[in-house]
Amino acid sequence: MNRRTLGKTLLGGLAAAAVALGAGGFGAGPAAAQEKLKVGFVYVGPVSDHGYSYQHDLGRLAVEKELGDKVTTSYVENVPEGADAERVIEQLAAGGHKLIFTTSFGFMNPTLRVAQRYPDVKFEHATGYRRSKNVATYAARFYEGRTPLGLIAGKMTKSNIIGYIGSFPIPEVVSGINAFTLALREANPQAEVRVVWVNSWYDPGKEAEAAKALIDQGADVISLHTDSPAAIQVAQERGLYAFGQSSDMTRFGPKAHLTAIVDEWDQYYISRVKAVLDGTWKAEDTWGGFKDKMLYLAPYNPALPQDVVALAEKARTDIMEGKRHSFQGPVKDQSGKVVIPAGQNATDEQILKMDWYVEGVVGKVPK
Amino acid sequence: MSLFRLEPRGEASKTMLYATPLLAVALTLASGFLLFLALGFDPVRALHAFFVAPVSSLRGLGELALKATPLVLCAIGLSIGFRANVWNIGAEGQLTLGAIAGGGVALAFYGEGAGWWLLPLMMLAGIAGGMLWAAIPAFLRVRFNASEILTSLMLTYVALLLLNYMVNGPYRDPDGFAFPESRLFEEAATLPILIAGTRVHLGALFALLAVAGGWVLMARTFIGFQIKVIGLTPQAAGYAGFSQKRIIWLCMLLSGGLAGLAGVGEIAGPIGQITPSISPGYGFTAIIVAFLGRLHPLGILLAGLLMALSFIGGEAAQIELSLPKAITGVFQGMLLFFLLATDVLIRYRVRFGARRAAA
Repeated sequence: MNRRTLGKTLLGGLAAAAVALGAGGFGAGPAAAQEKLKVGFVYVGPVSDHGYSYQHDLGRLAVEKELGDKVTTSYVENVPEGADAERVIEQLAAGGHKLIFTTSFGFMNPTLRVAQRYPDVKFEHATGYRRSKNVATYAARFYEGRTPLGLIAGKMTKSNIIGYIGSFPIPEVVSGINAFTLALREANPQAEVRVVWVNSWYDPGKEAEAAKALIDQGADVISLHTDSPAAIQVAQERGLYAFGQSSDMTRFGPKAHLTAIVDEWDQYYISRVKAVLDGTWKAEDTWGGFKDKMLYLAPYNPALPQDVVALAEKARTDIMEGKRHSFQGPVKDQSGKVVIPAGQNATDEQILKMDWYVEGVVGKVPK
Repeated sequence: MSLFRLEPRGEASKTMLYATPLLAVALTLASGFLLFLALGFDPVRALHAFFVAPVSSLRGLGELALKATPLVLCAIGLSIGFRANVWNIGAEGQLTLGAIAGGGVALAFYGEGAGWWLLPLMMLAGIAGGMLWAAIPAFLRVRFNASEILTSLMLTYVALLLLNYMVNGPYRDPDGFAFPESRLFEEAATLPILIAGTRVHLGALFALLAVAGGWVLMARTFIGFQIKVIGLTPQAAGYAGFSQKRIIWLCMLLSGGLAGLAGVGEIAGPIGQITPSISPGYGFTAIIVAFLGRLHPLGILLAGLLMALSFIGGEAAQIELSLPKAITGVFQGMLLFFLLATDVLIRYRVRFGARRAAA
């Protein structure tokens, strides 16, 4: 697998270089290049993570395919969330990129600082909450995908313990844990969720360790909100189940992989690039789910019983049609207090600020 | 019949000691040339994108200085310890503690209209934080003879977890949607920019002062002499009545303090807040920088700049030529490999041709 990944990266690099050379050409290059819109992407992980950053890069490639005659794209991978992010973003802006996507929450303040210095460049920050004149935000309603997953987990667990690998205890991840747990308990009121935080988006070693620790505590289904398929491989070795995250991770554990929440940025990226080309781009917030085709589920594992698949599919289509919400009241927190009353759904603000667990999650949110 | 053979030198070559780092850089560039050629890139264009383009503007030079600042600060402190056989591997943790302590001061006075004294207080708190973290392995070494390599390294992970706890708890921005980040620091808690149009902050000046101070300490003071003697022959130092314990304390506190200063410089400089990831491993990279610079302050300054360039160049090559990120690691690896390989020239000289029959 490693060799294949490397081969692919090298091939991809070569192909991209060939395109760049072909487009830039020699001599007459700069004039021709200037007419094309340069679009930059900043990734927190390697493109070869086969998860979150990989899906963003598929979105970038979709832009190239659809609008290749009008735009060129470049990306920087493995950018640490810290002082380096600002330099990378600024380098892209100074290098003539007019639209820059920064795809991780830790890039929020660096993006805003660079945006202030480059008012004619448009920025899009994924999963953050601060906007400005030329900074838009976008994210997927990842929590919607957790509802069908929770139902499946509730039906498939025998030990009634579900392991959950979290990256950082931010609202995006906590709301995912809660949506998952609510559905889990709907399908199986005895089941509970145990969470391990790895404090990283991409750290295959730590993710695998977390999966092992959870399995040793009795978990027989693993759900994750990190970027690598390491936990899927562990589940496969131990003969247990797991859900993929961000991308279809079936090939890393065909027996273990029940399904996955797949992020789909293709249409969003194409529409935003088009908006810049048409001059209709605005610094707005986009938060899309199943309905907006920003999320879908990977093919179900053939080992799943028909009725379980039907249950998950119904939840998914109901969410799409607005007949179901991942947080429909009554929702109780761990102390038993009703936070979302019966007959109501959680508001977007409640989800965006979520820093508490629902009943059924073991432990406390790190504070 | 071999084409060349190695012949031991009577004593280590001074010339080679300083020439081999340059030779290693030259070999790295040559190998890079071949590597790019083999990958199908125009090697001149690729090397230009990697090593020249990033520093051909004022902004680029500023970024270089900015990136080198924490590396040099940490490496100067570490190198002094390494000279005395005090192996502080935990600069990363000491840097983190410096950021936690210095940032805590900034947040404690948030919104209270603090004056000019806030920044010096933050710096002092940062240094004290780093020293405190380094004092633990120093105490364990002096009192129980516990290896500071292990204790300082393991404390790094404790420090990173402590940082995570702080940004998820006491330091968390109350208006930040529960994201694990502190508030953005106020103007009074941010280091002034030295060169307009860049991100070079006052910390760069501290790094230069550390280089000068490190040189004075090692070359011109009795303590520096003691450090060198203890490093070379601990027993002789013992006969001379030099206190090894005192030197261990001094080296650990000095390197911890400088790493702490580097940490508070990062959060009060380019980051401007406390986040869960302050350093992308500066404390560890500084170990490489220290050795690449031959544990000499001036060498460390150059090595720090070179290391910074390899990071920045890797990004530039990605943007310009879509080279994979791994190329940065490849270049750093080659540099170290050639440095270690050419070390053989310090103690041996190369003789071409076969040994004469008479000899």
